[in-house]
Amino acid sequence: MDLDDGVLTESGLEVAPSGKGRILVVACGAVAREILALVRSNGWTHLDLTCLPAKLHLHPDRIPDAVSEAVTRHRERYDDIFVAYADCGTGGILQAACRELGVEMIDGPHCYSFFDGNDRFAERADEEFTAFYLTDFLVRQFDAFVWKPLGLDRHPELRDAYFGGYEKLVYQSQKEDAGLQSKARDCARRLGLEYEYRFTGYGDLETSISAFAGSDRTGAGC
Amino acid sequence: MSEQDDGDDIILSELPDEELVPQMHDDLYDGLKEEIEEAVRILLERGWLPYDVLTKALVEGMRIVGIDFRDGILFVPEVLLAANAMKAGMAILKPLLAETGAPRVGRMVIGTVKGDIHDIGKNLVTMMMEGAGFEVLDLGINNPVENYIEALEAGEVDILGMSALLTTTMPYMKVVIDTMVEKGMRDEFIVLVGGAPLNDEFGKAIGADAYCRDAAVAVETAKEFMSRKHNRLAASA
Repeated sequence: MDLDDGVLTESGLEVAPSGKGRILVVACGAVAREILALVRSNGWTHLDLTCLPAKLHLHPDRIPDAVSEAVTRHRERYDDIFVAYADCGTGGILQAACRELGVEMIDGPHCYSFFDGNDRFAERADEEFTAFYLTDFLVRQFDAFVWKPLGLDRHPELRDAYFGGYEKLVYQSQKEDAGLQSKARDCARRLGLEYEYRFTGYGDLETSISAFAGSDRTGAGC
Repeated sequence: MSEQDDGDDIILSELPDEELVPQMHDDLYDGLKEEIEEAVRILLERGWLPYDVLTKALVEGMRIVGIDFRDGILFVPEVLLAANAMKAGMAILKPLLAETGAPRVGRMVIGTVKGDIHDIGKNLVTMMMEGAGFEVLDLGINNPVENYIEALEAGEVDILGMSALLTTTMPYMKVVIDTMVEKGMRDEFIVLVGGAPLNDEFGKAIGADAYCRDAAVAVETAKEFMSRKHNRLAASA
């Protein structure tokens, strides 16, 4: 499937109309590529994916309602639904919504944490709270997701108001890509931050979706 | 200098007060720092009290900015530019306010909690509280509980404000409040909390007096609590 990062940011990804899958993942557009890569490598043909616009993160208070609406809209067609969001700045409200809907979601505060592995990210927190993180998606969408929404294209003088407290940019990479590393380094330069590269792979995104889509489901009814 | 739609320059010094003040609201809205500085000086030269310039021109202008931010008409960059303009105006007024004995509504200690370096919201609250007549001691970012306690114990503080942007750091507010309880000092202070991932339920759960969703709400909440405090003191006198 060809994915357009701009579309994943603005519109998300509509569920595959085939309806072949028996289980559905409702995900943030920012992790669509990674989930589809896991689907391919694990042969999860029983799993469908639908993604909400990644730009919802610019207004985290809108995420719980959007997720609830998507789960409710799709639940009749699927045996089970998994929500591929962490707390994502909702202050526990998304977790409460998922509990009420009877669906599971990813543990942890945000994608930087679950890509790194929630335990490892928490261990680093004391020394790394002055780090600004980017993932593969965010490096590709840096201008649409960071630079323009913060008004830095129009008012570069605001940069230090936003980033004055940060010391370094950590690029958490899910897939080795020299081009993205070069772009991430440039993002750090533009923000006036030190640059650090860290390969994380899919971290707890992989373990949590594997647990949801695992062998007991692939075997049943085949 | 601001321009009208037809391209004519507006000479701020030629505007009568009743036009200059609304023009300042517009300039604040547009984040025009130099125009705000110029207009503040003009009003002072015309004999305005610094407190009136602050409240009628700057605070009122920022109040409009705050409403449009809340309604999704303005966004963070525009609010920051407006705040920078207001800050520039306040820098002129601050020493004069002290000289002219402007009313002090109360004293607040504010800071972003330990492990958190985000301060945009906190800085806006600080500015709006100062504009509303509060004296604010800003502890900055990444504050361990000791910083808060030390500032509160230094005396004459009415309100503690704590800010956090991260889900991972907001629980630290409870550490601070629990420490205040342990020390038997919790009831001496009004505790207000704010930050993007917070909500009313969280504020109640950690034992804060109120969660404030934005700077304007923080000011109104602080004023209300101060008024209740004065009423209690008056009743027990």
